[in-house]
Amino acid sequence: MAKTLNVALPKGRLGDKVYDMFEEAGFECPSIKEKNRKLIFENEAAGVRYFWVKPSDVAIYVERGAADIGVVGKDILMESKPEVYELLDLDTGKCRMAVAAPKGFEDDVQTTLRVATKFTNVARQFYASTGRDIDIIHLNGSIELAPILGLSDVIVDLVETGTTLKENNLEVIQIIDTISARFIANKSSFKFRNREIEKVVDGLARVVEGRKKEKETDK
Amino acid sequence: MIIEGADLNNREKAMFALRALYSSHGFSLYRMSKFEEFDLYARNRDFMDSASIITFTDTDGMLMALKPDVTLSIVKNNRHIGDNIRKVYYNENIYRVSPKTHYFKEIMQVGLECLGKIDDACICEVLLMAAESLKVLSDSAILDISNLDILSRIIEACDVSGEVEEKITKCVGEKNLHGLNRVCDENGIGGQKKELLQKLITLYGDPEEVLGELEEVFYDLSGDLSEESKQIYGDSLRKLNMIIEAFEGSDLKDMLRIDFSVVSDLNYYNGIIFKGFVEGVPDGVLSGGQYDKLMNNMNRKSRAIGFAVYMDYLGKLSKFDGEEVIIRG
Repeated sequence: MAKTLNVALPKGRLGDKVYDMFEEAGFECPSIKEKNRKLIFENEAAGVRYFWVKPSDVAIYVERGAADIGVVGKDILMESKPEVYELLDLDTGKCRMAVAAPKGFEDDVQTTLRVATKFTNVARQFYASTGRDIDIIHLNGSIELAPILGLSDVIVDLVETGTTLKENNLEVIQIIDTISARFIANKSSFKFRNREIEKVVDGLARVVEGRKKEKETDK
Repeated sequence: MIIEGADLNNREKAMFALRALYSSHGFSLYRMSKFEEFDLYARNRDFMDSASIITFTDTDGMLMALKPDVTLSIVKNNRHIGDNIRKVYYNENIYRVSPKTHYFKEIMQVGLECLGKIDDACICEVLLMAAESLKVLSDSAILDISNLDILSRIIEACDVSGEVEEKITKCVGEKNLHGLNRVCDENGIGGQKKELLQKLITLYGDPEEVLGELEEVFYDLSGDLSEESKQIYGDSLRKLNMIIEAFEGSDLKDMLRIDFSVVSDLNYYNGIIFKGFVEGVPDGVLSGGQYDKLMNNMNRKSRAIGFAVYMDYLGKLSKFDGEEVIIRG
């Protein structure tokens, strides 16, 4: 009998959405919806063992082999560049990685641009590709506050609807990339558990396709 | 002299087992100093990021480095090989920044290199030695093989900028099909070139099945690729077939997989490249390939192929639990 696959899911709203996709793909685990303090949920028959982890930690669990597979935002993959396979775009949790600034901001290229962000590697790489000299200010939250208080000129952050930016008189000035949830696999697990992992990928790919078609029909 | 190695840990036992394997196959031990002139890495900074090297100034004012790599030193010190093949193995500690922790780390490597007039038989021998090495380490191992010439030729035919080339290589390395489709669409790569790149990501597994599918594609190739590209594509498939045939009749054959996600720097490596995995270790434990381009960059006329086994991943190898070791000198 095949061994159980360890699946790392991101805690929170995205994780709930993603678990529903696993369930729809035939990898259900009803105990996960019970309200308790358990950390690990297993359905031996479906061959899966789920555990919730902090979204930014999913890639570490998968890269180090504690989880065979997992789901993580593209933003985390761009920032930490883990050694994993990125097997599927789940087409959910969509947003944009963008540069935002106070409305009417004009970049003075004669001075160093001060950039506040929690995605320091993404910001560094983006501005290196444009040749712009920057000063990175690493923040862990409330990034939008930085340009308002004069801590930075611009911010690099995730933008979903743009409401927070708008309410704080900020606007997107450049899109760096589009972000969504990605299905990732540990490289070694992919070799030794190939059949089981491919089965999950196929199941999830069907769910993604089905949902895309539904959306098109609704239009 | 006989030393009974009761106090050896599993990693050390594996190290001695590998050294015995290479020695018994006619490879000679290559010893080197822990230090190397920093200039060697400065001249090959694309191959080895010189910022992630520990340096110090020697008493004569020369800037030295704690070795971050073994291959460059072996190439540097083997200038005149002529029509011969130099077969060496090494067991050295190297010092480099860990990509996982971003701190310097001492890494024990055991590996082998063949330099000189490398022919197909030599390539097959090195692949067999890689598979034998994995078998020494674990009863459950996989050796992924790729031919880098296929990927580099398709990318060349796409006629895109270096930045796009890098993106394509990255997607293939990550088995990222959705990412590849996006890069192709954004850069006007379509037709057979896109299909071939997609195949390189989706095909994985049993070598005969994968090669069968790639050969089918080969016969369907039309005007999208030049005659020269088709020739190289065909030769690359033949080379992979040759390796599979070399494993025929051996119990090592079950270990083989074709996997084009094994990618290395296209500026230095070419032809056959490979990566080995053992069950229970989350990352590849063996990595190697042909590096004729590196030889060329260092003004060597000969060719080269080799691999390294990363011993620091092997501390928990259960295969050696309770195994007694006797070292005869």
